[in-house]
Order: sequence, then C-alpha cells, then structure tokens
Amino acid sequence: MATLIPASSENSQNGQQDAAFSIEEFLWSEQEKDLLRLSTAGSVDDGKSTLIGRLLYDSRNVYEDHVRAVTRTTGGSAQASIDFAQLTDGLRAEREQGITIDVAYRYFSTERRKFIIADTPGHEQYTRNMATGASTADVAIILLDASKGILTQSRRHVYITSLLGIRHLVAAINKMDLVDFSPEVFARIEEQFTALVAQLGDANVKVIPMSALAGDNVVERSTRMPWYSGPTLLEHLESVPARHQLDGTSFRLPVQRVIRPGQDFAQQNFRGFAGQIAAGTVHVGDRVVALPSGRQTLVASISTFDGDLEQASSPQSIAITLEDEFDISRGDFLASADDPPQSSNALEASLVWFDGKPLDSRRNYLLKHAAQTVGARVLAVHHRVNVQTLAEEQADRLAMNEIGRVAIETLRPVFFDPYLKNRTTGSFILIDADTNATAAAGMIRGASAVERRGAWSELEETAFGHKPAVLLAGTALASSLEEALLGEGCAVVRTRSRDPKLWRALESVGVIALVEMPEEEPAAGARLAHFSAGTDREPELLLSRSFEDAEPAASAAEVLEALRRKGVLAEKGNG
Amino acid sequence: MASTIAIPESTTQAPQRLSHLRLLEAESIHIFREVAAEFQRPVMLYSIGKDSSVMLRLAQKAFYPGPIPFPLLHVDTGYKFKEMLAFRDSYTRELGVDLRVWRNEEALAAGANPVKLGTQRCCGLLKTTALLDALKAHGFDAAFGGARRDEEKSRAKERIFSFRDRAGQWDPKNQRPELWNIYNGRIGPSESIRVFPLSNWTELDVWHYIHLEQIPIVPLYLAKERRMLVRGDSLIPVEQSFVKSLPGEEQWVRSRLRSLGCSPCTGAIRSDADTVPKIIAELVTFRSSERANRVIDHDQDGSMEIKKREGYF
Ligand SMILES: Nc1nc2c(ncn2[C@@H]2O[C@H](COP(=O)(O)OP(=O)(O)O)[C@@H](O)[C@H]2O)c(=O)[nH]1
Repeated sequence: MATLIPASSENSQNGQQDAAFSIEEFLWSEQEKDLLRLSTAGSVDDGKSTLIGRLLYDSRNVYEDHVRAVTRTTGGSAQASIDFAQLTDGLRAEREQGITIDVAYRYFSTERRKFIIADTPGHEQYTRNMATGASTADVAIILLDASKGILTQSRRHVYITSLLGIRHLVAAINKMDLVDFSPEVFARIEEQFTALVAQLGDANVKVIPMSALAGDNVVERSTRMPWYSGPTLLEHLESVPARHQLDGTSFRLPVQRVIRPGQDFAQQNFRGFAGQIAAGTVHVGDRVVALPSGRQTLVASISTFDGDLEQASSPQSIAITLEDEFDISRGDFLASADDPPQSSNALEASLVWFDGKPLDSRRNYLLKHAAQTVGARVLAVHHRVNVQTLAEEQADRLAMNEIGRVAIETLRPVFFDPYLKNRTTGSFILIDADTNATAAAGMIRGASAVERRGAWSELEETAFGHKPAVLLAGTALASSLEEALLGEGCAVVRTRSRDPKLWRALESVGVIALVEMPEEEPAAGARLAHFSAGTDREPELLLSRSFEDAEPAASAAEVLEALRRKGVLAEKGNG
Repeated sequence: MASTIAIPESTTQAPQRLSHLRLLEAESIHIFREVAAEFQRPVMLYSIGKDSSVMLRLAQKAFYPGPIPFPLLHVDTGYKFKEMLAFRDSYTRELGVDLRVWRNEEALAAGANPVKLGTQRCCGLLKTTALLDALKAHGFDAAFGGARRDEEKSRAKERIFSFRDRAGQWDPKNQRPELWNIYNGRIGPSESIRVFPLSNWTELDVWHYIHLEQIPIVPLYLAKERRMLVRGDSLIPVEQSFVKSLPGEEQWVRSRLRSLGCSPCTGAIRSDADTVPKIIAELVTFRSSERANRVIDHDQDGSMEIKKREGYF
C-alpha cells in the first residue's frame, strides 16, 4: 500500500522555478539557519520509515534518482506509487538479513532550519541504539500507531528519552486513517501519553495526529482532521528551540590540548588552552579557575583562526590564553571562578550497559569524561530499571541493554555538573580496559555518599617505595634514568616494546616500566603514561619544556624531580 | 603558482557568522583535537577534492596558531588530472604542511589501468591496497577521511571514529556506540581508526563553507570550455582517456567536474557554473527540480560515471 502520484507530475513546474531562483537570496537565507538534531523511536511497523520518507520528500529533500529507485509504475496506467519507507529504510534490508541494526543519520533542511535525524530501530533489544541517537538530540519523535495506542515499548521509548535528557518530545500518532481520523481516539492517546511523560519528568510534549502514508500533518496540513488546530510535524520542528540555545550553566571548558606554536611565530609565549566550550559564555578579562589545581586567573585572550574574540559561548571551539602561567594539561578544566563545576571521586550515575560482558564491580574500567580518562570501578548497583514496567528492581550487575543506577568511584576527581543541567559535563562512557570496547554510557546525577573502597590495590600505594608508572624516553635519557631510578631503590623494567598492553601489565605489578623510544627528542624529557591512574593515550610530558625551546637535553635528575612532584617517587626527606 | 588555485568569487557579501555551519565547524575542530591528543601517529588522507580542502581548513583552525601536528597523505593512483597535482603541490607548499605521497609503484609498473583490469580491480590496487600499504609503512594509527554520511545510504551509519582491525578491515559488527561528543579512541597494537570529521556535513554545507571561507579549490570544479569526448549523454575528458574517439566526437564543451577522481574514470557535466555560488545554485535547483532526467548523480566517488563508462571500454 503506497500513495499514488501521477507519474507525469515529474515534468511540471520546474522551468519556472529555475528562472525565479536567486542564489544571492538563497545564500542569505542559508546563513540564518540553525541546526536541530532529532531522534526517532517507534515499534516495528508503526510507520517510522514511512514518516521519515514523507518528511524528506514533502520538504523536497530527496534526489530524483532516489525517488525513481523506489517508484513502481503499476500496470499500464500513468499512476506511479512511491514506497516512502523504501526511500530511507537502509535498515530494513539488514533487519531482514539479521545483521547489524544501527543508528543511521539523515540530513534535510527547510527554509528555516537544517535537521539531522538519528534514525534508531525500535525493536526490543536496541536500547543501546536509542540511547545513542538520543544522546545528541534536541527533540525526540516517538511514533505510536493510532490503532494500537500506547504499548509497553512506548514507555521504554519515553523513559530513554527522559534519561538522556531530551527536553522536547513529539508523539506522532500515526495511521489515523485506520481509526477513521477519530478525534476521540486521538484525545485518549494524547491524554495517556501526556500523563506518561509527566510521570517521568518535565519534558515539553506535542502530540500530533497524522497519516504518514498519505502525508497528513507531516508537512502538509490534513484536510481530513479539521478538528486538529495544532501545528504539523514540520511546523513544530521548525519552531522548537535547539539545545545549544538552552545551555544555562556557567562557563566550562574541558582542555583538549595545549597549543604552543613555538619560536617561528610572533606569539612566542603563546600557550593556548584549546577545547570546545561545554557550557556558558566566557569574556576576555573573566576570572576563571583551573581545575584540578584550583588556581584562579583572568582570561587574557580568546584565540581563533579567524581572529581573537571578545567573548565566546558553548559550543564554540576556541583556545584561551591566561594572564598567569599555570601548569594545565589535557583533561583539566577551565571554569567560571564564581560558579565552578562540582568535583568528586565518587559519582551517582545512571548507566546504560552496552557490552556483552556484564558490569562487574570487581573490575576496573576506564571512565572517559570530557577530555579526561580516569580509572574507575563500580562501588554499588543501587537498582536496575525494568524498561517494560519502569519498576526499580534489585540487582548487583547490569547486562547488555540494561539500565540502572550505580555509584562509581574514580581514581582522580571528575569535574562535573549534573547531567540534566549540562549534557557535556554530566556525561561519560565506560571503556573496558582489556578489550577497549565502549561498555556503557553514564549520566551523572551528583556526587555519591557511598563509602569509597580505599586503596585500588596494595601496589598502588607505593609498595616498593614508589608508585607504578610507565615512562617513555629517548635512548640516552632512558639509560641515565634507569641508573638513577635503580639508585633510588626502584623496581625498574626497561623495554623497547610499543605494546600498551605490556606497559599496563608491568604497571599492574607495581614496577616502573621504562620504555625506550629511540626517536624521542632528547630535549623533550621523559613522558609519563600512568595507566591505572587512567590517563589518556597522550602521555603527559614530565618537564614543561617543549621541543621548540631548544634547551639542553633533559637530565635524569630533572626527571626524578618531576616524578617526585607527581607523587610517583616519595618526596626526599630532610635527613 | 597561484594561478593553479581558484579563489572562489563571491557574488554576495560573505557573512561573518552562519550558525549551522559554525556548529558543524566547532564539532569538526573538536574531533581534530581529540585525535591529535589521543593518537601517536595521526595522518590526514588528502584527496585534493573539495572535502579535503574543507578538512584542511578545519585542521588549520583546530591548531591555530600552531602548525597542523600531523602529515597529509595523498594516495596517487598515477591517473590524476594534471590540474589536481599542480593544485596539490602549490597549495600544500603555500600552507607549509607536510605532504606525503604514496603510489602503488609495483602495480603501475605492471601496467595497471582501468581498461586492462576493470575499474573495480584497478581501484582496488591503486587506491585501497595503496592506502593500506601506506598506512602500514608509516605506522599511522589514525587516518582522517573526508567521507560524509549524506553521501549514500551505507555511509549513513558510519561512526565518526571508525574502528579498523589489524588488517585494516572494517567490521560492521565491531563498531563502538558513539554517544554525545565522547569518542573512544583506545586501540590495541596494529589496530587503527578512520576518523570522519565531516560526517555531519552535507554536500551543500561543504560548498557553502568553501564559499564563506574563500577556500581554494581545484579549477576543474568550475565550468569553462574544455576538450571533451562527447558520446551520448557522457562527457569524457580527453586527458589520459582510454576511449578511442570516433570522428567528430572531440569537441570544446563548457563543462566542469562534479567530483575529482582519476582522469580515465571521471565524467564531466555540461555546466555554466564558473563560480562557487553558481555551483551551489546548480546543486540546489537540481535538487528541487522535479525533472527526472536532469538528476545529478549524487555519488561522490563517481562510481555511477564509472559504471556508465565501462560500456565504452
Ligand atoms: N494505514 C496506514 N498505514 C501506514 C501509515 N504509515 C505507514 N503505514 C504502513 O505501515 C507499514 C509499516 O511502515 P514502515 O514505515 O515500514 O514502519 P517502520 O517499521 O516503523 O519503519 C507499511 O506497510 C506502511 O505502508 C499510515 O499513516 N496509515
């Protein structure tokens, strides 16, 4: 069953259009557009593919060759029918063949806006995909079949959108033609749906009766439901505020990278802290705090390729220079001094578990939050949420596609805002340190009161008079460093292996692994990769001297000094 | 050498800000910085085309005022248009970026060409094999590519960080879920990722950005009178063509290329679009046109052209 359109209509209209088209006007109107991200959810056969196909087709975002590919001419008649579902349903074939079912992203635009749709399959086991699609969405469209009403699955869909913090929900009550466009049926579903959403949070809801197949209230207003006076789906999507317009918290910048151009440049002393602003606005002259050091200073400049800015806001990618020279590296935060993010080693969070291997509270994971990755373990599973009934059930682990509330402990403090206040500073992923799989996604609720478990392992607590560490150094420095560390009584293992698994293994037994890297610049000093303490893959430079400074090669003594500052070696006593 | 670089002419005042493009730009810069921070040896695959030009500009922005902290890799099949290579050399020199070029010399010496091998095997050897060899030889662990999700249905599901196993293969079952803007860049030895910073850009976004930012592009994109072999609907650039022309088939045609591939396998289109805004106009009117016959082939790799072309060999 598909809509009929006259095949001959393909030839009409367009000469006119070409003549009237003005590129100047077009480019001008393009620049006014903003970007809205959508996610979709629905049970199989509710009509999601048909709806998306309609949305793209009726808003003239489909290429002709695509349309022709899914158009059937029936008999010898001049009538051709478009299978709207086929227009976008890249997932269908896969579903039938039983292979990966995944989030697919589609793009369309209208005169007002650009849209990105994260199209997620609605089947039972795909909580993971829905969460993925919802994580970046401003608006979620939830499909309901008017002839079926609200199903258990609809509850799950609403629950996941509320968990992922989507502020705007649209319930598309589809297939109204099957219930004779009945206002009573619509009113009943609308009431139930609104109540369900209210039960789970305070998202804004718009409920729209439609027939995706015939195009009623998708882009064009329905003539068959005169009793409905609200907007069509597209009208509504064109007017919903985008998320970035709503970011209310104070300034936060997770530092991704320190930019130091070096000698060739006019800005010889330039040290730019580069990142994408996660929240708020920053101005030149603002007082900011650097975390974890807690030291405060003023913003000296906001630098971009297109020139310095007086102010910048989320989600711009910029680089900031500061009035004072602080030791700031990747993973640190710059934030409003008046209203900094919270800081804690123990977090309360909702987790969506993805991995085939269930959550195991005895294992260590890596937690990636903004630009930092830290070691983490789960202290307690408070409950698991039954996504069918939304009941909280007792559990001590989470399996694939399960959702629960947990307390998590991290090796270093995490600087966060509650997820519902800010998605970027409130979200994290857990990575399985053995397989590198993304094991779970987490939404931070707040700091946790659950008691920490104490030492991560005996080894971590300087069992050999030092903490385990992985040091990367050039050949010459590695030699002198090995001597110096042995002289300090450290357990040192020197290797040329580039395999991080080996490094991690050495570290986990408590020794200092010294990795010889022949190509390492002598001036660069040694770099410290502290795995169990969960650093990123970019090892931390131990001496703040860089290649460009062209100072003499770093000495072993300097590196030992730095290791003491970092707490890898114990501070020298005074006696 | 500046003459090989076409500075797009704008017919409108280029506005300072453009919200959705600035959002995409900020997202792409964030991706570049994550990769540069988390990987030991990243590289940018540079194809000389418009998407590469945009990637290059975004990389400049990401690390400004510092230099781009990774090299560019061009996999040269040996059949690129002369104008492309001239553009590549002059533009990368002007920007001072570290360009590496890799060719599958062995296959070329053995006479690999699309007529002899068929386009699929030819591409396999000169593009795919060459790329994998280059990545391996240099030990690159992350490679930026300019692919966009809007290019075709199968790309729509591609991750921004696309995981590759030790053999450089893509396993659709083994891709990591990607939430928010948090990317899991952890890999084991000899594993790598492809990174697609332009994932969320559409073709129109790319052209619009080129226009706004005045980004240089290869002049082949812009219409002018060119020597073409005209056969049926197809325009075949005469340069390095393997097609024998029949009398009268070679003509001057006002035309341009929509995508830049290898000269024997890339078709041109008749066009008057000699500025970027005119290209955008062409794109937009074709798109909203309901005339079935004047559809632009939406395939960036030019595989449609290739398919069409195979009949001529
Ligand atoms: N009667 C009716 N059928 C519809 C409507 N929308 C979709 N369908 C049909 O419902 C079936 C499932 O649609 P599809 O878009 O594939 O659903 P999906 O599984 O949610 O993507 C198809 O046979 C569609 O033609 C509608 O508004 N009315």
